[in-house]
Amino acid sequence: MTPLLTVEGLTMRFGGIAALERVGFTVSAGSITALIGPNGAGKTTVFNCLTGFYQATAGAITLQGPTGSLDLVAILGQPLRGSDFLDPVTLARRLFYKMFGGSHRVTRAGVARTFQNVRLFKEMTVMENLLVAQHLRVERNLLAGLLGTPGYRRAEQAAVARGLDWLQILGLRDAANRLAGELPYGDQRRLEIARALCTGPRLLCLDEPAAGLNPRETEALSDLILRLRTQHGLTILLIEHDMSLVMRVSDHVVVLDHGEVIARGTPQAVRQDPRVLTAYLGMEEEGGP
Amino acid sequence: MTGRDGFLDAARWGLLALLVFGPITGLVLDGYQVVVHWQQPVWLAALVFGGRLLLNGLLATGPGQRLARRLARGRAGGSVLVVAGGRGHGRIWILILLALLSLALPFALSKYWINVATLALIYVLLGLGLNIVVGLAGLLDLGFVAFYAVGAYGYALGHQYLDLGFWQAIPFCAFLAACFGAVLGFPVLRMHGDYLAIVTLGFGEIIRLILNNWVEFTGGPNGVRVPHPSLFGLDFARRAKEGGATFHGYFDLPYSADHRVIFIYLVLLLMVMAMVHVVVRLRRMPIGRAWEALREDEIACRSLGINHVGIKLSAFAMGATVGGVGGVFFAASQGFVSPASFTFFESALILAVVVLGGLGSTVGVIIAALVLTILPEVLREFADYRILVFGLAMVLMMVWRPRGLLGLRRQAYGVDP
Repeated sequence: MTPLLTVEGLTMRFGGIAALERVGFTVSAGSITALIGPNGAGKTTVFNCLTGFYQATAGAITLQGPTGSLDLVAILGQPLRGSDFLDPVTLARRLFYKMFGGSHRVTRAGVARTFQNVRLFKEMTVMENLLVAQHLRVERNLLAGLLGTPGYRRAEQAAVARGLDWLQILGLRDAANRLAGELPYGDQRRLEIARALCTGPRLLCLDEPAAGLNPRETEALSDLILRLRTQHGLTILLIEHDMSLVMRVSDHVVVLDHGEVIARGTPQAVRQDPRVLTAYLGMEEEGGP
Repeated sequence: MTGRDGFLDAARWGLLALLVFGPITGLVLDGYQVVVHWQQPVWLAALVFGGRLLLNGLLATGPGQRLARRLARGRAGGSVLVVAGGRGHGRIWILILLALLSLALPFALSKYWINVATLALIYVLLGLGLNIVVGLAGLLDLGFVAFYAVGAYGYALGHQYLDLGFWQAIPFCAFLAACFGAVLGFPVLRMHGDYLAIVTLGFGEIIRLILNNWVEFTGGPNGVRVPHPSLFGLDFARRAKEGGATFHGYFDLPYSADHRVIFIYLVLLLMVMAMVHVVVRLRRMPIGRAWEALREDEIACRSLGINHVGIKLSAFAMGATVGGVGGVFFAASQGFVSPASFTFFESALILAVVVLGGLGSTVGVIIAALVLTILPEVLREFADYRILVFGLAMVLMMVWRPRGLLGLRRQAYGVDP
């Protein structure tokens, strides 16, 4: 399978603390990849680097796009280097991303994410949450909006229709006009996924989507994740602590511990890996009990 | 509440009033002697007792209980209402009636009250502008008066140096204020809450101090005279300038100084109507939704591909534009501007308009602006207690309706395909 996302030598340091040390993995197009590891292993840091919330200290993150590959680290804007001044093309690109780059460009490239602690626009309605996510697709011209031109109205209607489609798929259609903050917790989680989907991503990053859900909701969530892959052609990268969910949905598992990748492979292979067992359960004592 | 409970409750309040008012109104210093006026606190306490008894009696009736329940619901905080977008015919008629009424208003009022109404409308403009920044985008701005000053001085100095007329000054000052808004926006991009408030407070003071101290350019504390506006070249003066015509001469009316005041009021009214329309539209447009999303959660906004820098700057610029236009009308109606009109108290008043109106609610802001400017004029007899009443109203508002006079309304979207 072709890789959609390639992470190579990703290193992230906060001051003297190395949160990630040369992390590397690939996410194949159309796969479900799980990123697991004990608390503090650096999973969310990987996510924040991928989605542009942190600027990686070193390493490359490459997203294969329809028009060629895209370096997700460069579009955040990097400091200029001496060698840039010899190559005007690189210099121009660096200057452009330095001025206009940022995490929003990562989303525009086709990477959407959810958050570990739900981050909805609580005082806005469910539908408005989805419309904000489609900001880049609607008619943003001020005059068109003020005059209510046909093109503007068509774009708005299309956005509402697209939002309703995703609400239907996630089973939230009846809640379209409720305030996002009023929804039950499980619905809020699903709404966040719907909002991420509304940006039209190719890679969907879910940060602990099952946290706080009961077993039945978790099962429904795993069905949903599988359906998103098969019916909507999405590639999914997820962080999860719930092993039953990970084992059920993922094709590929990457295990992180102390900022390093200690294992990767199929769920079955990873489950038997002695290093993974050590990381999760601790070292077995000599001789045993 | 039974009758006995109600009576005891009222008696408790009466006693409390006696304790409070006793030292305040009962002991009067006369020279070096303290004179005891025991009647006054007793009367005041009796008034409180009677009022409370009446209130308890009213609350025991059916309508009173319903009202109490409604107030309690507002207090619970769940006052955001999602309403269907299709507006009924009734609302359109009310709007038309209101528009006609406000257009006819100046012909029924004295010059003094037209001036008060003009000032009230200027505050409506300022409130709408600040509402974009504070209410929608959630950026606490304590220096909004800076843009008001930029608008007013833009017209005054624009006339002095560039020979701009009133009509050219409106777009010029709107643009100028937008630029100042963006200039303020850049350094505060990374700031939130308290820090942002302090920086904007400083910005407002900087503008005022520059206007005050750059005497060669702005005239300093002496201020600048502003020409009165004209209508298609027709002046509202008694005598025409050389080669010009006067309004009363052209239409063959007897000269009256009221014409100019009425003219400014009407132009301002049309401007306010246009701005209300724009602001209501903006809220439903992608940019307005992005502003609100930014207020709710900036990080989530960035994760959705929204460039938060552009959205923040646009909120500052758009709010400043509306404030700048308000400044032009202020200068035109006063005929004179000086830095003394643009103090921090002004900023605080505009912020009070937005907060009382309910952060984000357009109708609420309009009502609050009208109340806060007209009420002090009505209460002129009690001039000494104006600020006291003002503060009391604020406290009561925050206790009973923390989300503003009117609950927030959000537009619902048609769910059926």
